[in-house]
Amino acid sequence: MENVEVLFGYPGGTIMPFYDALYDEKDIKHILTRHEQGAAHAADGYARSTGKVGVCVATSGPGATNLVSGIATASMDSVPMVAITGQVPTKLIGTDAFQEADITGITAPITKHNYLVKDVNDLAHTVKEAFYIARTGRPGPVLIDIPKDVLVSETEFHYPKNIRLVGYKQVHTGHASQISMAATEIARAKKPVIIAGGGMQIACACAELRELVEKAQIPVATTLMGIGCFPEDHALSLGMVGMHGTAYANYAICETDLLISLGTKFSDRVTGKIAEFAPNAKIIHIDIDPAEIGKNVRVDVPIVGHLKETLTELNKVIAPGDTSQWLKTIASWKEKFPLHSTNPDMLNPQHIMEAIYKATNGEAIIVTEVGQNQMWAAQYYTYTKPRSFITSGGLGTMGYGFPASLGVKYAHPDKHVFDIAGDGSIQMNIQELATAAYNDLDVNIVIMNNGYLGMVRQWQEMFYDKRYAATPLKGNPDFVKLIEAYGGVGARVTKQEELFPAIKKAINTDNVCLIDCVIPPEENVYPMVAPGACISNMFGVGQ
Amino acid sequence: MKHTIAILVTDSPGVLAKIAGLFSRRGYNIESLAVGHTETKGISRMTIVVEGDDRALEQIKKQLNKLIDAIKVADLDPYNSVGRELALIKVKVDSPQHRADMIQLVDVFRAKILDIGDQSLIIEITGRQDKVDAMIGLLSQFGIKEVVRTGKVTLARGLKVVSLPKKAKR
Ligand SMILES: Cc1ncc(C[n+]2csc(CCOP(=O)(O)OP(=O)(O)O)c2C)c(N)n1
Repeated sequence: MENVEVLFGYPGGTIMPFYDALYDEKDIKHILTRHEQGAAHAADGYARSTGKVGVCVATSGPGATNLVSGIATASMDSVPMVAITGQVPTKLIGTDAFQEADITGITAPITKHNYLVKDVNDLAHTVKEAFYIARTGRPGPVLIDIPKDVLVSETEFHYPKNIRLVGYKQVHTGHASQISMAATEIARAKKPVIIAGGGMQIACACAELRELVEKAQIPVATTLMGIGCFPEDHALSLGMVGMHGTAYANYAICETDLLISLGTKFSDRVTGKIAEFAPNAKIIHIDIDPAEIGKNVRVDVPIVGHLKETLTELNKVIAPGDTSQWLKTIASWKEKFPLHSTNPDMLNPQHIMEAIYKATNGEAIIVTEVGQNQMWAAQYYTYTKPRSFITSGGLGTMGYGFPASLGVKYAHPDKHVFDIAGDGSIQMNIQELATAAYNDLDVNIVIMNNGYLGMVRQWQEMFYDKRYAATPLKGNPDFVKLIEAYGGVGARVTKQEELFPAIKKAINTDNVCLIDCVIPPEENVYPMVAPGACISNMFGVGQ
Repeated sequence: MKHTIAILVTDSPGVLAKIAGLFSRRGYNIESLAVGHTETKGISRMTIVVEGDDRALEQIKKQLNKLIDAIKVADLDPYNSVGRELALIKVKVDSPQHRADMIQLVDVFRAKILDIGDQSLIIEITGRQDKVDAMIGLLSQFGIKEVVRTGKVTLARGLKVVSLPKKAKR
């Protein structure tokens, strides 16, 4: 009914009737992860890479609470997901029964909506509503908690065609007068800049963006979540903006007279010090969620609307623009302040991402963990397609990347899927190696092994006098032996010349692979804006 | 500045927790809260008083609107609405003189006496917050034993109503 092809999950007492029904099910594949968090992230990766609703399943109590980080991750990044949990029988609810947890209470702040279904007659329409809510508007996770007695009760099955949700409002095209006001501002601007966020990928509005940009000649920066919605090899691309954005994107924001922000929530990682953010600019903000408009920054032309429909309308009324003077300034910044590693002679993250790009002709889907590895993955691979960079932006969940990459690979068996990892993050869900190996999900894990919780160490170096408290990763396993123990293929790379062959070999191997790349332990992510500082005030620019 | 927000919600499990949770999670303090059924079956109305500037209010309203269970959200203009609170106050009575003083006070405030005990009275007062506050202030000199207050309930003046969108009515 909802065309679900795969579930990621883990069974247990209260969800057993559900699994019993799955036993005879031919059309839905179930992938058993090794931890419920892995199931949630895998469903999330499946959803982000396809735009379809990802589904995860867990039992009550500890099973459900293990989903929590995964649900919160999906919530922060507006990922369509349905989580199904077993619950203790209705007559035991509230008695602190064995494996009882108030999961609807726990997940209220991190779901778009959730349900506790107490009557089997409510089950069908609840499922219908849950999928509808998860994928429409600003997408998000929806949880359905089903007590065991409801799972075993019987009723006449009737899947409703329509649903009636009076408290749920949909928006479509933005207001015509606001759109024409935006067009006027665009025609007037001398130094316009676009910031494109995660909403652009969700709305599938990349073609419309390109039309706008090329017509009006406006340079485009993306947020971390927006990466891929505009081709980074395009002359008008500024790469990423924000704390670890390119110097030229950040300078452009500080100089611009018109900032057009599309599907972004103006996270503190993007804006830096709000008072000094885009100080000379009028701001146009288009977003499907009215609550994002004016939440963090003042907005001059607010437009609530679906990005695809709204940009289509905007493109009809904008005039071709001439911003050549501004583009010249930007070109000179680009030349002066390129991204670069500070250890060019050693095997470094830049080499790694560039080698992956070359080995896959830029056709890979890159999934990341969290920390320096994530930022380097964002910076040094040239993204040209939407949904090709999958990362936990809002919550910054270490341990996200590897299980998410399994969901991505399931949805895209013909693509090269890479999990770019740190030696810390990979150990947060490393148990999923079994899931990958058993289900032939031949993802390639590339560890940027610096022997530290690198991003935290970098902050300690810069803001805590190099007092490396609890960041050296002593006691790491031999990752190559580890993946071999699971039946995968491993390699260790310590020199530049070993890198490309190792990546080539991994993508030609029909098995989960892990490349443990030993990088300089104290390599930093630059540029860097100190938290709370103005984004033009960057460390590590242009040495 | 204080704002009074009226929210129509579906009577579904956990709604109160979801609405209250939204306020605390986003850092807005609820000053008073009242909930009860409405003219429509299955729909309750919450009246919430919060402190905050206009921008904070705008954000609260938008966030409330995102809750699936919140069907309608309105903030009620203080100059164009009427609001009332109710309090029950139990006071200690030491002497007949004492009792007479209190009865006089009840008269002046147009309050009511609900219960007369040997050594106590229960007084009911309805009114705007300042009136209820004043009554409690004056009674405190006699020795208040217990106070219970409702949150404020408010209706817009005239024909204006906070009602369900048309399509919601069957
Ligand atoms: C679950 C979780 N715990 C803690 C953090 C805080 N944190 C952010 S980055 C980081 C270090 C990551 O280390 P590693 O995975 O080795 O990556 P590196 O930064 O070295 O590339 C930590 C601990 C987090 N983001 N997520």
